[in-house]
Amino acid sequence: MVEAAQERVPATGQQGWEPRIVAFICNWCTYTGADLAGTSRLKYPPHVRVIKIPCTGRFDPLFMIKAFEKGADGVLVSGCHPGDCHYTAGNYNARRKFSVFRTLLGWTGVDLDRVWFSWISAAEGVKWVDTITRFTEVIRQKGPFVGYREMMDD
Amino acid sequence: MTERSRLIREIAARWLADGTVEAVVGWEQGTYRDKTAPVIVRTPEEAQRLVFNERCTNNLVAYLKREPLKSMAAVGIVAKGCDIKSLVGLIQESQVGREKVKILAVTCPGVKDARGTVPIKCQACEVNTPTLFDELVGEKIEARPDPQARSRSLAELEAMSPQERFRFWRKEFDKCIRCYACRQACPLCICTRCIAEKNQPQWIETSPHPRGNFAWNLIRAYHLAGRCVECEACEAACPVNIPLMLLNRTMADEIKHLFGYEAGKDPAVQPPLRTFQLDDDNSFIL
Repeated sequence: MVEAAQERVPATGQQGWEPRIVAFICNWCTYTGADLAGTSRLKYPPHVRVIKIPCTGRFDPLFMIKAFEKGADGVLVSGCHPGDCHYTAGNYNARRKFSVFRTLLGWTGVDLDRVWFSWISAAEGVKWVDTITRFTEVIRQKGPFVGYREMMDD
Repeated sequence: MTERSRLIREIAARWLADGTVEAVVGWEQGTYRDKTAPVIVRTPEEAQRLVFNERCTNNLVAYLKREPLKSMAAVGIVAKGCDIKSLVGLIQESQVGREKVKILAVTCPGVKDARGTVPIKCQACEVNTPTLFDELVGEKIEARPDPQARSRSLAELEAMSPQERFRFWRKEFDKCIRCYACRQACPLCICTRCIAEKNQPQWIETSPHPRGNFAWNLIRAYHLAGRCVECEACEAACPVNIPLMLLNRTMADEIKHLFGYEAGKDPAVQPPLRTFQLDDDNSFIL
């Protein structure tokens, strides 16, 4: 599956480039929300690679760095709304990590439009579709993450 | 010999003689006249090697995190106000028990770095006279921090566009030879097994190549966010002069802005990334 997807979407910088988005989403809310979008037969761009994590509290900034290293043009992290965490407070802890790491990325010059965070509940299939659609559009306008790619290929 | 050195030797010798501590870590005269070197003394006689002067730049708290001091029941440390801030961090994170460490604090008018210039931490110093100690040596010094010292150093980075910043750090991190001196010198880099050494899976590439360099320096700064007390040990240790403190300082400012927290002040307060508030900033999340 993964290899097939990579063939369909050529690497950045090549002709016929398509956005490559990695989404780290929590098992309990956003993943179920994305599932709802699927079972509801809602359509959204196929450029997103979903990686399921047990909770946004599991998200480590290394995941994002790795995603960019492997050629992602944008990274989305999404989980349960505040107050809805399956583990009570995972997303509250995650929110602090997000805000700190996001500012760090800003200071190192990573385009913050390529790094999105969202809360999408299990009932918000439409919000998932909307978020992915908009994110894909933004990344399409921005083009491939050339700065990071050049750093990888040197 | 200065009065401070004399008193340090006297107190350290007393602690060692009566068994209050097993060892004292301090500074001794270095090989060159204008250098000092860290030293661990274990007897009252050895304590006569201790000195304090304006070249006592090293943050000796870094020695508490590793052997032989780590497994000792009680250790003494000669420390400036800035060093004690990093000790506060270790106490907050339960890495060192306050009862284990006897602090031989010394009032400090400011030190000089290897090039003989006054570091920014000294220009902005608020802790010339330490507040947390067991014994205090030297007359009290009123703090006269230069409020602009830190912001001057950050002005250039602040003025850059994101693209310029990316190019700037790309160029700086390209110099990195991955010696991890920044990590070794840091009193708060406390993991016994660093993420940079984990290879199952390998998160951070170990060769000195831009990809691993960017990941390493980013993660290093992130792991110190909300913890760094700006002792500047990392930058002083860096053999290729990467301005690591620029990231550490901006992150300290961001943490203060986001959570109203300043590291190294109060051992009783929870570090910001160990806790949360229900009304934390949510503005950047969709």
